[in-house]
Amino acid sequence: MKPLDTRNSPYMYVHEEVHPVTPWEQFKQVVARTFKGELFVGLWIVFREMIKKDSCATIQYPLEKIAMSPRYRAIHKLLVLVESGNERCIGCGLCEKICIANCIRMDTKLGEDGRKKVSEYTINFGRCIFCGYCAEVCPELAIVHGGEYENASEQRAHFALKEDMLTPLETFRANKQREYDGFGALSKEADQWVTKTPLAY
Amino acid sequence: MTITIDQIPCQATEGEFVLNVARRNRIFIPALCYISGCSPTLACRLCLVDVDGKRAYACNAKAKEGMNVITKTEEIEAERKAIMQVYDINHPLECGVCDQSGECELQNYTLEMGVDHQAFAIQDTHRPAKTWGKIHYDPSLCIVCERCITVCKDKIGEAALKTVPRGGEPLDKEWKEKVPKDAFAMWNKLQKSLIGPTQGETLSCTFCGECTAVCPVGALVGTDFQYRANAWELTRIPASNPHSSDCALLYYEVRHKSIQHPQETIYRVTNDIHFGTLSGAARYGYDFENTVVTKDQEAFKSVVHALQSGELKTVRFNSFITNEEAFILQKLKEKLGLRLVNPDAKAYQDFLAGFASASGKSLYGATLETLAQSDFIVSVGTALKTDAPNAGYALNNALTMNKGAGIYFHPVPDVVVSGYSKNMLSVTHKVGSEEAVLMWLLGRFGREMPASIANMLEGFLVKGTKEVSEVVKEVVTETVVDEATGESKEVEKSVTKTVTKTVEVTQNTLWETMGVEDLDESIQKLLEKKERFSLIAGEDLYAHPRAKELSKLLGLIARYTPFEVMLIPSQTNTLGVALLCELDEVKEGKVLGYNEKGDIVLSALGKGTLDMPALNQQEGTFTNMDKRVVPTNVALPYHGYCLNDVASALGIQAALTVDYTEQLPQDKGYEARPFDTLPNCFANDGTQLRGYCLHVSECTPKEELSPLHVSALDESLVYRANPVHQFSPFTNKAHQLNEAGALYVSLAFLEAKGWKDGQMVKLTNKEGHTLVVAMKADPLWEGMIPYLPTFDTKLETAPFFTGYRFAQVTFEGVSHE
Repeated sequence: MKPLDTRNSPYMYVHEEVHPVTPWEQFKQVVARTFKGELFVGLWIVFREMIKKDSCATIQYPLEKIAMSPRYRAIHKLLVLVESGNERCIGCGLCEKICIANCIRMDTKLGEDGRKKVSEYTINFGRCIFCGYCAEVCPELAIVHGGEYENASEQRAHFALKEDMLTPLETFRANKQREYDGFGALSKEADQWVTKTPLAY
Repeated sequence: MTITIDQIPCQATEGEFVLNVARRNRIFIPALCYISGCSPTLACRLCLVDVDGKRAYACNAKAKEGMNVITKTEEIEAERKAIMQVYDINHPLECGVCDQSGECELQNYTLEMGVDHQAFAIQDTHRPAKTWGKIHYDPSLCIVCERCITVCKDKIGEAALKTVPRGGEPLDKEWKEKVPKDAFAMWNKLQKSLIGPTQGETLSCTFCGECTAVCPVGALVGTDFQYRANAWELTRIPASNPHSSDCALLYYEVRHKSIQHPQETIYRVTNDIHFGTLSGAARYGYDFENTVVTKDQEAFKSVVHALQSGELKTVRFNSFITNEEAFILQKLKEKLGLRLVNPDAKAYQDFLAGFASASGKSLYGATLETLAQSDFIVSVGTALKTDAPNAGYALNNALTMNKGAGIYFHPVPDVVVSGYSKNMLSVTHKVGSEEAVLMWLLGRFGREMPASIANMLEGFLVKGTKEVSEVVKEVVTETVVDEATGESKEVEKSVTKTVTKTVEVTQNTLWETMGVEDLDESIQKLLEKKERFSLIAGEDLYAHPRAKELSKLLGLIARYTPFEVMLIPSQTNTLGVALLCELDEVKEGKVLGYNEKGDIVLSALGKGTLDMPALNQQEGTFTNMDKRVVPTNVALPYHGYCLNDVASALGIQAALTVDYTEQLPQDKGYEARPFDTLPNCFANDGTQLRGYCLHVSECTPKEELSPLHVSALDESLVYRANPVHQFSPFTNKAHQLNEAGALYVSLAFLEAKGWKDGQMVKLTNKEGHTLVVAMKADPLWEGMIPYLPTFDTKLETAPFFTGYRFAQVTFEGVSHE
């Protein structure tokens, strides 16, 4: 086989330093490395940054928390309707169907008003892989991913029931339910793609 | 005959519809409104095809030699797309919550035809949803394909549904130019109609639920199923109807119960809408399972010990069991010398033996398929509507589709059966005179009979005279005086006169024995152009005091008349038990009851000594009324002991109950086929691929006929029958069918006695048995003979019916104090 650097190849041969072979050469290398000033260059940088004002690169967790990007996929939220405060979820079961970790389940029934009611809804967060398919498939934008990423718990039962995910009515009444623009939300120009169905009245 | 569909040559028979030929040959033609076995309605017009250059509808175009059919052209595709667009006008966008979503034909065809925008519009009409008992109708989802109406009329025979005015806006004229021809015609009709009950505000039918099964959209759904699960979450498990001997193909649809309860539950039952029908009991009576969590070792040991020690010598059981279980019982009998007691199957077994001895064949000939294909059907000795609903559906199908006629011989008239067709003659004969009916049939239709039999039957014919009124035209000459001229003229006038004549006729005295007027003439009219004959015989005959003679008469009818006879097995697997078990008479001693009363009880109903799996928790086979061995599967888990475990502990070893399927005796007509090789479905052309047919063996027939002996019962009778939907305690266990047993009476009975619905009544028979029971008015029951059910374990009705289904009792009103 030809030497690597003479072959017609996209790879490049890196010339390395010649390794010391004789004991005298090895001794020389050790002495040179030990007494070189490079060590102090590094120590100086650390010291400089230490005494510099406002130079902290990390945040002070748990006192401080990062604002997550809307595209981040953490613990789900179930939103309520802005107009009425009713749950947005209609119980179509698409999230249950699409869930590849098989962690979503819902019970539905005929409500007293003749509409479909979701009597119970769970996501097993111990199983959830936060893939975002449920939020993407939801036709009502009812289930979305939130920014809540602190989901450690000492009990499995905390992973999780509908009430935990549903926007609390107080939050909603205080007008603090944020409309969601993250994963699974409609695109900004969504209206452009809608063909209106004609109405005769 | 060969026709060409899309360049593919296809075999067809004369008069067959092109759509059926295409489906058989796996060529796709879209169609929403057509159901196999029913008349075409032409409501959807999607099956539009090009036949030799002309437009035709595949569902009603009959195949002709050399026909060239093209299923897709640009013009047809545009028309179909427009039709789907019209169906989508104002259709609520609630697929997300709709029960049909995922199996909706409107969804499927909308996508198939590529409807991506809506070009048409009309003002919507307010259409509130309605609940008709077990059936929920949402008119806003309804596309008026009329499948429900068609199936109710052509298959079920009740015609309980019809189109009613929608009250919508009339179509604007501008649409006529904009919308393609067929789509416009369809729209025009759609805009005018909705579905509604034929009479009154709510449905008054037997609630078989077939309309909900055929509905292509979510308009008709079971009220109980509404909004509880989605189509895609349910697992379909093919099985057979466990409640009656039709053992029709059904699918249990199961899913976990809820988030808190992960165990499997049946949510609904569906069927093959094109080639099968389901009775209401099969459709709504699905949750009769016996939930058992652990094996009760104590109880198991006590049962095994009782059998092993010889403490129990009698096993009493009924025929709501599988062939394999019956076979295990027979093996136990052989090993331990048990007595097997099953009065119902015993009567059937003896009847079948009598039938075979006279007909020369081990089994009867007819199946539900031959019933549906015949054009003259006689029913004797069965309350068809409740005893064998599927036989009733087949009978109705024959009447409507083959322009058939029929006679319903029964002591109790039936509104539903006589409503099948105007060519359905109801003969209400005296109770106990079934022998005269069969003799009349043999005499009327028998050909090339041995002289002794022919002579005996001729003995019933009497020459007599009959007054016949005839309309005669006579020419009369009158003298008329012309007023103007004063001339008198002779004018000839024809005058019609009714003349009574005395004519010599041969009368059959058997009619008198039956207690009805001579119907030979009207039956002669019904018989015009009829070629394929079927006879349905039922449960009244098996326990009849003259059962032996009746069975031989039926055998002779099968042998000497063109009738194909069907002997309807009274319970799910009566035929199987009758073939597999040697049955004994009742004797004194301790009894092991299997789903029956006893000193030790094995029960799939629960509350017994040892729990057994119910029929929706078992795999195995049934021998159904078609003489077919059909498989059934496990829909729900069972964790207790089953009969096979008991048998294994007693030394009859088998790993699984279904290991016995291939061991079923071949001399009785069974095949040595393992359970897992038995299919359970219909082919594309409707061929039954379900299990296998029993083999019928031949024997030398005896030709003898005992002289007629009728002792008719007259006054104050009660009948043993179950109301619609009920067959056994198992149907009554299902939550949708649960009811308290009562004395079911007709409205006429209540009126005649001056009693009220719900009032208590005391029944006493000759032996002194009494029963105090509430009366329940059954609007679908007629006549003065009420009936007592067997489905309610709390009602002790058995002592009244030791033999015959009719029993003499005295009724006594009970005051409420």
